[in-house]
Amino acid sequence: MSSRTNVSCLHEAKRVAIFGGTHGNEMSGITLVNMWKQNSAEIERNGLLIKPFISNPKAVEKCTRYIDTDLNRAFTPENLSAPDVEGLLYEVQRAKEINRMFGHKGSSDAYDVIFDLHNTTSNMGSTLILESSTDLFNLQMVHYIKKAMAPHTCSVLLNEHPQLKYSTTRSVAKHPIGLEVGPQPQGVLRSNVFESMRTILKHALDFNEFFNSGVEFPPCTVDVFRVQERMDYPRDTNGNITAMVHPHLQDCDWEPLNRGDPMFLTFDGRTILYEGANTVYPTFINEAAYYEKQQAFTTTCREILAANAIRKAFK
Amino acid sequence: MALVFLPALARMAVCGGTHGNELSGVYVVQEMERQRKDLLDHYIDQNNFLNQAVNMFFSAVNCPITDSSPYEVWRAQELNNLLGLKGSTDATDIICDLHNTTSNMGLTLIHYTSSDWVTLHICKYLQTKITKVPVRVLVLDVPISDAYSLESVSKHGFSLEIGPQPHGVVRADIYIIMKEAVDLTIDWIHKFNSGTVFEGGDVETFKFIKSVDYPRDPETRTLTAAIHPQLQDKDFCLLKRGDPLFLSFSGETVNYKEEETLHPFFINEAAYYEKGIAFHLGKKMMLTIPTVQVQKD
Repeated sequence: MSSRTNVSCLHEAKRVAIFGGTHGNEMSGITLVNMWKQNSAEIERNGLLIKPFISNPKAVEKCTRYIDTDLNRAFTPENLSAPDVEGLLYEVQRAKEINRMFGHKGSSDAYDVIFDLHNTTSNMGSTLILESSTDLFNLQMVHYIKKAMAPHTCSVLLNEHPQLKYSTTRSVAKHPIGLEVGPQPQGVLRSNVFESMRTILKHALDFNEFFNSGVEFPPCTVDVFRVQERMDYPRDTNGNITAMVHPHLQDCDWEPLNRGDPMFLTFDGRTILYEGANTVYPTFINEAAYYEKQQAFTTTCREILAANAIRKAFK
Repeated sequence: MALVFLPALARMAVCGGTHGNELSGVYVVQEMERQRKDLLDHYIDQNNFLNQAVNMFFSAVNCPITDSSPYEVWRAQELNNLLGLKGSTDATDIICDLHNTTSNMGLTLIHYTSSDWVTLHICKYLQTKITKVPVRVLVLDVPISDAYSLESVSKHGFSLEIGPQPHGVVRADIYIIMKEAVDLTIDWIHKFNSGTVFEGGDVETFKFIKSVDYPRDPETRTLTAAIHPQLQDKDFCLLKRGDPLFLSFSGETVNYKEEETLHPFFINEAAYYEKGIAFHLGKKMMLTIPTVQVQKD
């Protein structure tokens, strides 16, 4: 919704949810949400209705990523419209429930904002994940967060890829934002990672509060990394991996990978080089949960997105 | 220095996947199986340098994660039949059990006894040969029901623990160190079996004293603090009274309050949350080991 001037007037973003435990072994979000469910003082903001929520409680209880299927891939139209019958996978049932509580996905009744808290075993630092390059509210929010976090780096990953994008838990909301902080092993709570995520959320809620109070945010640009391709491990005919991420690539998330750079190291010591024509910026390098998804790392390209000025629409 | 004669080590088992998500061992063992044919051919050629043929037995075990599952009980019995019987003269001579930890422990060699000269000599040998990461020796005093006791099935046994590595991940740098450690262990055994005299001396070890749990909510038992950033990744450092241990979610630091200076290890190991362990504490202990040589028949 745009006015004749250069300022885009957007709906108030009043209903906000913070999801932890979409994956039951990613401990920062689980710990933060449980803490805030007990005492919400830290996350209260004027003009915001904020709900901390554990998305996959059974997986959290078992400290495992999922019970039957990955909840963060389960919000497909087919799943959300599946009839309520016996034998539905746990996460499909849960997706329908979450869609009822916070959606329906795509409707005007859906929650305005969902922050979905994740950890990764990859050395991605603090990362914000967007699903759209045209969501002005989200672009302005990540710009605000990046500035507030500086000099601590906050990378922005954009997954708008027609085949590689997926139906996330947060996609139920009008403005979905993924928070991904690593490296942290599954099942482990690292203090520095926990505090980084806590700080990111603090800035995100501050932005939201300012926006709802009528503050106008000037035009801005956001450096993003746009998802290009998923790179699998070399595998044998039985599907077993035959090589590991090369030591020169390990932990080098967001750094340029050029043609001829080492990419994998076989178990018997042979190096496999990257042979792509263009420089790419790999991320999600050696994420534990992605071995089964055939993903050693994701390639991205750098892009600068521009966002109009925004302010809350007058009633 | 006294010279002790010990029997040759004819049968060795290298075990990976005792914990199914500790991946280095799984892939090291797989790679060794792949190379096995070449290895055996080599040793047949080298037979004149060996007193006995060395029969290498590799076992890759993929187990589910929960300790209380009856599958592990069945599997333990199977392994005892395969590699033991525990306590008998037929038992495998030496088991090397491969593990990973999320803790920053470098390469740690874990024993259940402080008087096994064979395994302590292997530790001494690895300490001189491996320089990429710290190599430390841990002596644990834990009951037989612990998962590490796979190596208690054989006459000699120890665990090779390498970290930090997240569970479910194989890091190339960690894999390379583990492979090197296993190769050097086999190397020592061959040298020992062919008559090399290994000089004794002092070996610095860490003896397990006790475990420390996280601060928890008294009702819900959920964590109220995380390992303090100044302690995180500082395995085997010197912990003195007043040093930070935990940082609570409300911002308070919990300090070490005891008089005795000890060394923490297994700091923030993922698998130990459910066991109520934030870290272990150990005491440095020097062990003196004799010079050893293989017993000639």
